[in-house]
Amino acid sequence: MSETMLEPHAEEPLDTDLPDGELAKRLATTWGTAGGIIGALSTVDHKIIGRRYILTGFLFLILGGLAAVAMRLQLAVPDNSLIGPDLYNQIFTMHGTTMMFLFGVPIGEALAVYLVPLMVGTRNIAFPRLNAFSYYVYLFGGLMIWVAFALNIGPDNGWFSYVPLAGPEFSPGKRADFWAQLVTFTEVAALAVAVEIVVTVLKLRAPGMTLDRIPLFVWAMFVNAFLIIFAMPAVMLGSTMLILDRLLDTHFFNQAEGGDPLLWQHLFWFFGHPEVYIIFLPGTAFVSAIVATFARRPVFGYPAIVLSLIATGFLSFGLWVHHMFTTGLPQLGATFFTASSMMIAIPTGIQIFCWIGTLWDGKPIYRTPLLFVLGFFFIFVAGGLSGVMLASVPIDTQVHDTYFVVAHFHYVLIGGAVFPLIGAIYYWFPKFTGRMLGERLGRCHFWLAFIGFNVAFFPMHISGLRGMPRRVYTYPAEMGWDTLNLISTLGAALFVVSFLVFIYNVAASARGGDIAGDNPWDAATLEWATTSPPPPHNFDRIPFVTSREPLWAERETLPVVTGLAVDKREVVITTTTEARPDLKESSPDPTVWPFVSAIVVTVIFIATIFTPWALAWGAPAAALVMIAWFWPKSVEEDK
Amino acid sequence: MRRLVAIAAAIAVLSACEREDREFRPPPVGTEAEAPVTLSSIAPGTGPAERPGEMGQAYEENAYHLSEGKRLFTWFNCKGCHANGGGGSGPALMDDSWIYGGALLNVVQTIREGRPNGMPSFRGKIPEEQIMQIAAYVRSMERQVPQDAAPGRNDDLMPRPSEHRLPARPAVPGGTVPPSGQAPQ
Amino acid sequence: MRCCRPALVALPLTLTGCTGWQSSLDPQGPQADTLATMFWVFTAILALVWLLTMAALFLSLRRARAERAGPLVLEPQAERSMTRAVSAAVAFTAAIVIALTVVSYAAQRALFSSHEAPLTLLVKGHQWWWEVTYEDGQPSRRFTTANEIHVPVGQPVLIKLQSSDVIHSFWVPSLAGKMDIVPGRENRLVIEASKDGIFRGQCAEFCGWQHAHMAIAVVAHPAEEFERWRENQISAAEPPDDPLRKRGMEIFLSRPCVMCHQIRGTPAAGKVAPDLTHVGSRLHIAAGTLPNSRGNLAAWITDPQGIKPGAHMPLMKLAGDEIEPLTRYLEGLR
Repeated sequence: MSETMLEPHAEEPLDTDLPDGELAKRLATTWGTAGGIIGALSTVDHKIIGRRYILTGFLFLILGGLAAVAMRLQLAVPDNSLIGPDLYNQIFTMHGTTMMFLFGVPIGEALAVYLVPLMVGTRNIAFPRLNAFSYYVYLFGGLMIWVAFALNIGPDNGWFSYVPLAGPEFSPGKRADFWAQLVTFTEVAALAVAVEIVVTVLKLRAPGMTLDRIPLFVWAMFVNAFLIIFAMPAVMLGSTMLILDRLLDTHFFNQAEGGDPLLWQHLFWFFGHPEVYIIFLPGTAFVSAIVATFARRPVFGYPAIVLSLIATGFLSFGLWVHHMFTTGLPQLGATFFTASSMMIAIPTGIQIFCWIGTLWDGKPIYRTPLLFVLGFFFIFVAGGLSGVMLASVPIDTQVHDTYFVVAHFHYVLIGGAVFPLIGAIYYWFPKFTGRMLGERLGRCHFWLAFIGFNVAFFPMHISGLRGMPRRVYTYPAEMGWDTLNLISTLGAALFVVSFLVFIYNVAASARGGDIAGDNPWDAATLEWATTSPPPPHNFDRIPFVTSREPLWAERETLPVVTGLAVDKREVVITTTTEARPDLKESSPDPTVWPFVSAIVVTVIFIATIFTPWALAWGAPAAALVMIAWFWPKSVEEDK
Repeated sequence: MRRLVAIAAAIAVLSACEREDREFRPPPVGTEAEAPVTLSSIAPGTGPAERPGEMGQAYEENAYHLSEGKRLFTWFNCKGCHANGGGGSGPALMDDSWIYGGALLNVVQTIREGRPNGMPSFRGKIPEEQIMQIAAYVRSMERQVPQDAAPGRNDDLMPRPSEHRLPARPAVPGGTVPPSGQAPQ
Repeated sequence: MRCCRPALVALPLTLTGCTGWQSSLDPQGPQADTLATMFWVFTAILALVWLLTMAALFLSLRRARAERAGPLVLEPQAERSMTRAVSAAVAFTAAIVIALTVVSYAAQRALFSSHEAPLTLLVKGHQWWWEVTYEDGQPSRRFTTANEIHVPVGQPVLIKLQSSDVIHSFWVPSLAGKMDIVPGRENRLVIEASKDGIFRGQCAEFCGWQHAHMAIAVVAHPAEEFERWRENQISAAEPPDDPLRKRGMEIFLSRPCVMCHQIRGTPAAGKVAPDLTHVGSRLHIAAGTLPNSRGNLAAWITDPQGIKPGAHMPLMKLAGDEIEPLTRYLEGLR
């Protein structure tokens, strides 16, 4: 079966009626993005939005990285007076907030927005207008907080904003309110994307892509989207309570009136721990894709990996209390969370072992993406194991809130998410741009990053064990932490240099890199079945999937599904489990209203910081733009 | 139009900078010796003789100074007589009537020099900058300071809405010392 | 100061400046001892796991392999043996995880089950200093000091932890693990020093601008020396005898100092800043920021915001000739 016919519609020209060249041209017109600034702001193409998402994510990575550089400079020598406590507190808060909310979560989603629709073989993401809206909300939220920082309204209570320090009594002014609203912004954006990914994966898969043929990349992003959907509301609730406490005199966290400061910690970490996995699961997605391609065989233990992804998802909601072991909770309860925190090592271990098995049986080709994945193994496993130490209540009482923890989570997050991410950029850059990234510079980047990272962060384990607490803007010379900190700063400098190499490589290769072709790595998943960069409609004809590795199974010609309209945006809806073609559904046209809505929402969110009445004024405006956005047009189904 | 936007942006920027600055070294206030001693707001001519100048604004429009004033209000036990602003044996501070004038420098004078019927003099006991902070905070209790800078609630029992939610009331002269403050003890 | 464990010294990174004065790996009490042992047990086991994983990775990359026809041509035999290997590795992981959980739980029970001690302290966290009250059945024998805890060697001491403002965390690494100080709650912690010495501790939960300068010194004495210290602390400050110090006291009492600080035996009775009754006997001033000396006292009084920006100690504008008597007076409060 190499061709499946869908029920033809009347009159409309179908792709069966047209020759290949003509078809591609007409589809590109139908799905294309109009020129001009209005066209650019109206686009609903997941690849254009995804590209913007990725670039914005990296912009915030650079900003957050600069904040880290400032901190490392301040800590390089003891009793340094380069940066005072007020500015230092703002800087470390901006670093954490940016890396977690503006880089960590969005960058994983950004790659999902770009790649998931291509990998499942459809023409656009589900709810593409929501996708555009989410990007603008994210962008405006990120700009808001950095502009606030530039105006000296940068939040200064840490990315965790513990009350009562972040509460109305101890944080005068509007700094903490901006932080709380930033959380709201990124939540809205993240939840929107998560819903799109879930629906895209469940309903828009190419015919034949049954549940057990979904690429591991897509599985990881799918589980990740569920984590976002369940975790984010907790912090949204928390930040709303915080801003109500600050602006409207409520008492959620005021112990004198029956509130509780620990309520904040529970809400925050109920989000905060899954958050770590929200950042890490995209990393596993990248690793699975890269390992399969460069080991030249399918990933070993597909069902085991899928099940461990799901298990990780569930378990990640059962261990938030290990961030609170020192708050004086009942011991028995704490023990439960020790057990669950250690347990999560098992599903993570399964994935690691399966990847190593894949490399064992495969025939590894050492290109830059694989190098970064090997770096991931080295760093992430170390970070995961120091996490096992933190899971133990007694050990945690010594290392909690010290530089040991700083070292641990940078090993986990940079090792588990950033190294795979950089590998992913080297891997998919040809698909995004049509050109390869420079291999020599890539290797240079890898070694600088790998050495720089370890030199910067390994000494932090030791300084933490020797008593250096986190979030100190300076330390006395006689503490004996100076050499370790100086080494860390030098390592950080090397790490920064590695990213300069990366930026240069991207800039140079985007113009003058080798032309990539459709499938430069001879990879197996569907995104490589189309041109690089993909046309606006992704695939001239929707592929029909017969295997988990479609491009390796069907070397000659990929079977396709035909019968879709050419002159209007149509996607195939398939059944959830077996991916049988079910419906043809029209996909929304470009519109500028998501952009306008994002502006209105931004104005409401920011104005709320200054007056609660903003909600009352803003509601009618928001309603109006929503009406414009959802104004019904007559579509095929209505006829 | 564009110019208006630019001006609005500039104002927002400047006000934010002033409001949010954590001035750990407050703007200097003249030493006590230089400060004029005025015991009453009655003055010849028109209008009050003293106006809060630029310096007063630096205190009243800065969230940090106001919150410091609020902390000191408790630390120095102003609550002992004035309660949380509603008044006890001392006059209420959150209403609009001011026996000795409601301008910032009047309040500064009151704190520094004391007043008849029980208000002690804190001259020499509280540094001038802290007196300014307390006075600015006292004025925030009748919302004579920008709402964005006024303090929020404390993590404490709440006898009244927080300063930034109290209605703004222009100061008027008048009012009396509560009877409990006048009675011979 | 004693150097850390040999294993750590082996790391070239720690060869310089290795002191144990705030190190969790230089335990000076039974609790910290258990914690350090736990740490090394975990480190050894987990380092072994890491080495095995890396060895497996290295071997999988280095191993010679046969050419295969295509990426999808898999050998069932190899797949089966890999399934077995991965299952074994997972079982091994599970066994380690369970074993470590049990070890951790056992240590937790041993460490945190008892809250009984002959000596009880109330430690109150403030932005950014520590108020220490020695409790006693007789109210007249209760006393308050600041930023310094003296304990008798070999005796467990119960510490009740309270906060006056935000969340802090009490942490003296060479004696015990940390415990947060949460407003509205009272957490408890038992510490014990097994030999005499000075152990530094530091606030471990971010608490604002001067979180970095919120240290506490724990001084462990032999029991009789501790009693002597305690008797001295219970007594009020002795009135100064020489004229310079007398003038210093007058300055103290007529200046803003008196609004916040207490010196028992004088009218100064402020409760919102450190009790200065025996400030001259302390090792440090400004919560471990500066060693206690006349010069540092003068510097601190003259420019607190330069030394500890954001601290609640205000700028006082004392006259030049007032500093000397004042610091002499304070220095003499032993």
